[in-house]
Amino acid sequence: MSILVDRNTKVLCQGITGSAGSFHAGQMLAYGTKLAGGVTPGKGGSRFTSPAAPGKEVPIFDTVGQAVAATGASASVLFVPPPFAADAILEAADAGIRLVVAITEGIPVLDMVRVKRALASQDVRLVGPNCPGVITPGACKIGIMPGPIHRRGRIGVVSRSGTLTYEAVHQLTLAGIGQSTCVGIGGDPVNGTDFVDCLERFQADPETDGVVLIGEIGGTAEEKAAAYIRSEMTKPVVGFIAGRTAPPGRRMGHAGAIISGGKGTAADKVDALRAAGVRVVESPADMGAEMKRVLERRLARSKPRSLRAKSASRPAATAKHRRKAAKPAGGARKKTARRAAARRRRG
Amino acid sequence: MKIHEYQAKEILRRHGVPVPGGRVAATPEEAEAVARELGGGTVVVKAQIHAGGRGKGGGVKLARGPEEARARATEILGMQLVTHQTGPGGQKVRRVLVEQGCDIARELYLGMTLDRESGRLTLMASAEGGVEIEEVAAKHPDKILKTAIDPAVGLSAFQGRKLGFGLGLDRDVPRRLGDFASALAVAYERSDASLAEINPLVVTRTGDLLALDAKVNLDDNALFRHPDLAALRDPDEEDPKENEAKRFDLSYIALDGDIGCMVNGAGLAMATMDIIKLAGGSPANFLDVGGGADAAKVTAAFKILLSDAHVKAVLVNIFGGIMKCDVIAEGIVAAAKEVGLTLPLVVRLEGTNVERGKEILAKSGLPITPAEGMRDAAEKAVAAVRGARAAALAG
Repeated sequence: MSILVDRNTKVLCQGITGSAGSFHAGQMLAYGTKLAGGVTPGKGGSRFTSPAAPGKEVPIFDTVGQAVAATGASASVLFVPPPFAADAILEAADAGIRLVVAITEGIPVLDMVRVKRALASQDVRLVGPNCPGVITPGACKIGIMPGPIHRRGRIGVVSRSGTLTYEAVHQLTLAGIGQSTCVGIGGDPVNGTDFVDCLERFQADPETDGVVLIGEIGGTAEEKAAAYIRSEMTKPVVGFIAGRTAPPGRRMGHAGAIISGGKGTAADKVDALRAAGVRVVESPADMGAEMKRVLERRLARSKPRSLRAKSASRPAATAKHRRKAAKPAGGARKKTARRAAARRRRG
Repeated sequence: MKIHEYQAKEILRRHGVPVPGGRVAATPEEAEAVARELGGGTVVVKAQIHAGGRGKGGGVKLARGPEEARARATEILGMQLVTHQTGPGGQKVRRVLVEQGCDIARELYLGMTLDRESGRLTLMASAEGGVEIEEVAAKHPDKILKTAIDPAVGLSAFQGRKLGFGLGLDRDVPRRLGDFASALAVAYERSDASLAEINPLVVTRTGDLLALDAKVNLDDNALFRHPDLAALRDPDEEDPKENEAKRFDLSYIALDGDIGCMVNGAGLAMATMDIIKLAGGSPANFLDVGGGADAAKVTAAFKILLSDAHVKAVLVNIFGGIMKCDVIAEGIVAAAKEVGLTLPLVVRLEGTNVERGKEILAKSGLPITPAEGMRDAAEKAVAAVRGARAAALAG
């Protein structure tokens, strides 16, 4: 398991003959992604090869519809330039693609407003735009993230940023913590998939034990995530919010990273997430270490009594965990009670 | 992209939004001529800068007749107008808008922007015209009426009426507000705006509606399909370093600290600013060199960073994923040599080919401080600034 993509996911690449498209299609092939075909209008019938993946060849089609009919692909990744990207997303949805990953940065906002409305009535999930993509380490990489920093494991990562996600993944991997799936939801103000969409899936995924959530200034996606975590999530979440030092009213690189009218500040988001029990780290250098601490604490707590007794003779570090294990933190206790109440209400 | 009020009103007028008669003037003589064209009666002379709060700063003045318009324009043109949005230095006024005066019965607010939560454009109206909407939102959020626009249908007439009657307007003013809002929505969508604010929207004594003030921001990402609107850019109103950065496709925002930052990726760049602050320092800028940073881009980035006299040290934080670290290291070395870098330079590289990258930096002969991880990088940059300050004091 994992979320959104696994080793059987067949992927198309729209815009495969462009410079970014061909480079990353090669990287995806080399990673082992089941890249089934490419789409570039007017180049149908030719074949794609890449020096990054010698010996592998992929057919190119004129339309997504033809590509789906010939290959049975269910996912598509877009490297289509901004003026044509909205159209390419709609083409993928029309052809029956179920997961569209839009890497393109710089799509006009009103194009995305219309696309979001059009996709609402269709059975398709859009990730992005302006995102690094989705990866289930060791199984399927759809996007531009560097494959080798990832490691197969049981922690989900969801983020509005690209390189900051790599930073988090790198820290996790160094700490010996692998990832189940990493999703970049993108830095644009109107996107297809939000934090909650991913958190729901991580919560339901038996192969995910916890989540690292990386937000940034602008909008209210983190506050919505906090509300969901508070009421529904039992798995631990470690968070970081970028942009504490960002000046208001300025767009910080990402189209969606802007504090406007006093709304969307990092402080508000950190407060909301903390109130929901998320371990929000102050420093972006602590994301991996904090997740490690959280997992160790959980492990200590879940150990049978006999094992706990044995660890009593160990040094101070584990003694601290034991104290936590004996007496769960107030937040956790309250959360359990709340959840039980919620179950009763639903029940 | 921000544009001037007179440009915003031109866009609105073109799409049927009623605006007062008037024209822009760059000299007192022109201002007088415009006032004469408008019939010689009372006019308003308004400073054109990309900032709000112009009236309070003395940038908007009433003039009874053309001679007075000329006198007011003489006062305003060339002044360094300070408002709560310009910063203490103010902004030089290069143009004024000379506009017909009108009889105001009532002032309303009408705004349009994207509601990020629903992913739809939303109209906002309030009876508290002339007041900043953020202020109203903070004190009386119930006094702001909102209605979201279905992108498949566009604004329906009832939505305008709903706002109008909701604001307590009577007779046929709600219907006129509906027409006004429809025209505004068309103007917004056809020009790919990201914000349109009519504040105040006035109801005249004869019951007509007029956009007395107008602010329109445009979506930078859509300018490719509006060359006429892209031409409205006013470089005088923008930071020259930010403009230079745009030429190289770099995203740069000047801040007031002393550690210049060069980072790839917007999120990582913000996180780098944050960790500098945590380490006790202060970032001089936000600078995202993007995913495809090559030697030319890195050189341009260095030049922009170093053109800020406050910068006492430079911190480079690159997570080379697709961009290989050795290529970036070569770019850094070439750029540092080309610009003759003398400031302390702390470099944190991570990712593909990182060992080769570090080797290139070490063998460059340049005084580069390598760092392991973001925290180490921030701490070293802060220490370098302190060292430079101490040396300056001692010297």
